[in-house]
Amino acid sequence: MDLTLHVWRQKGPQDKGKLETYPAKNVSPDMSFLEMLDEINDGLIRQGKDPIAFDHDCREGICGMCSQVINGRPHGKQEQTTVCQLHMRQYSDGDEIFIEPWRAKAFPVQKDLIVDRTSLDVIMQAGGYVSCHTGGVPDANVHPIPKPVADYAMDAAECIGCGACIAACPNSSAMLFTSAKVAQLAALPQGKPEARKRVKAMTEALLDEGFGNCTNHYECEAACPKGISVKFIAKLNREYLKSLMPTSTEA
Amino acid sequence: MNLFKSTVGRKILMAVTGLCLVGFISVHLLGNLSVFWGADAINAYAKHLHDLGPLVWVFRLIMLGLFAVHITFGIQLYLENRAATPDNYAVQKTLVTTFSAKTMVFTGLIVLAFLLYHLLHFTVQITNPEISARNLALVDGHLDVFTMVTKSFQNVFIALVYIIAMIALLLHLMHGISSWVQTLGWSTGSSQDKVTALGKIVAIVYGLAYIAIPLLLLARIVK
Repeated sequence: MDLTLHVWRQKGPQDKGKLETYPAKNVSPDMSFLEMLDEINDGLIRQGKDPIAFDHDCREGICGMCSQVINGRPHGKQEQTTVCQLHMRQYSDGDEIFIEPWRAKAFPVQKDLIVDRTSLDVIMQAGGYVSCHTGGVPDANVHPIPKPVADYAMDAAECIGCGACIAACPNSSAMLFTSAKVAQLAALPQGKPEARKRVKAMTEALLDEGFGNCTNHYECEAACPKGISVKFIAKLNREYLKSLMPTSTEA
Repeated sequence: MNLFKSTVGRKILMAVTGLCLVGFISVHLLGNLSVFWGADAINAYAKHLHDLGPLVWVFRLIMLGLFAVHITFGIQLYLENRAATPDNYAVQKTLVTTFSAKTMVFTGLIVLAFLLYHLLHFTVQITNPEISARNLALVDGHLDVFTMVTKSFQNVFIALVYIIAMIALLLHLMHGISSWVQTLGWSTGSSQDKVTALGKIVAIVYGLAYIAIPLLLLARIVK
């Protein structure tokens, strides 16, 4: 099939950037979206032009590197699918495809479709971990965790940190990302001791990094390639409310 | 971290004050609907409110506080969220959000402008002095609120202002009435859709009931 691509080209962080049009000829429906871009880049390189810069790594939908807004939807039109797992059979001959980078103040464009997502790492560094003494591997079932709780934490842990929730959010809020981390750790015994500190620190870092506030649009959930539910945002809100209450050690 | 600075803290403040304001418009609506039961009903309602004396002022101060918090943080959050999204997409698409969710700050400001007019109109009574209760003949020794209300809404301009403002309120409630359930952490994945649907139904009922008053009086269906 033949397609017309409108791709965001931006030389560097300071460049203004603009959409440029490229024809994509003889695209196989079996190609992934990224393979289709690889072919375009091959052509550009052969013509002596600068290839389109885009992020990618595992190409199997788990690393969270690919980050493209395709026709206004982060990761393209297929639900719960990353760009690398999106295949060209989703498109038909003659389609026009607009490819843009994530857009948010907290995600400055580095080049073309690549944005700097360090701000998500800053949120993680604020509390997205469990402090524990390292040592030998603990015996299995030392911590009894009910199956529904383990499943709940696993659902939250599915977040690959790609940033699609922020790209989709009308407020560029990183609340779904943050809530997935907060909820996962708060649900498990290992995460509970630091739960109060964590929810405050991570939501504070979220604002400091220039993300917006969550106003319950739920675009994040709809765009998430891993189907992270906004119920985790409700959980984060509960964790925040709990953190306002004094504890026996504080009193 | 300060409740007034935190992103979640301010969201919770918006939800709690919003919920209190929903409580206020619920009571206000019930009182207003007494106009459909005739002059005696609404005049008696107005008299009961006046007879509360100093309590009215306590209530007004609480309302002022609620509005101040809700409006201040509403505008502040809107400005912060605008700043967080400096660039638009060439193809701008949304999947699940609603018109009412996207226009909260605007419908909110319309309701605020209306509120100021409404207070000048029916409370301070300076916008239409010729039909204000203060200047009308007393009925059985108390103010004739019924005539003030009916005469006001027989005026097309006044009725339209109220109807437009109540449409804005309806849109504001379409998002707001269900949103607090999520904000206070009470929603679960499976309950959220039902809560959202129920919130929209309640918002429509409130909106239509509020619109019915100026509309039916303007159309002279109720006299």
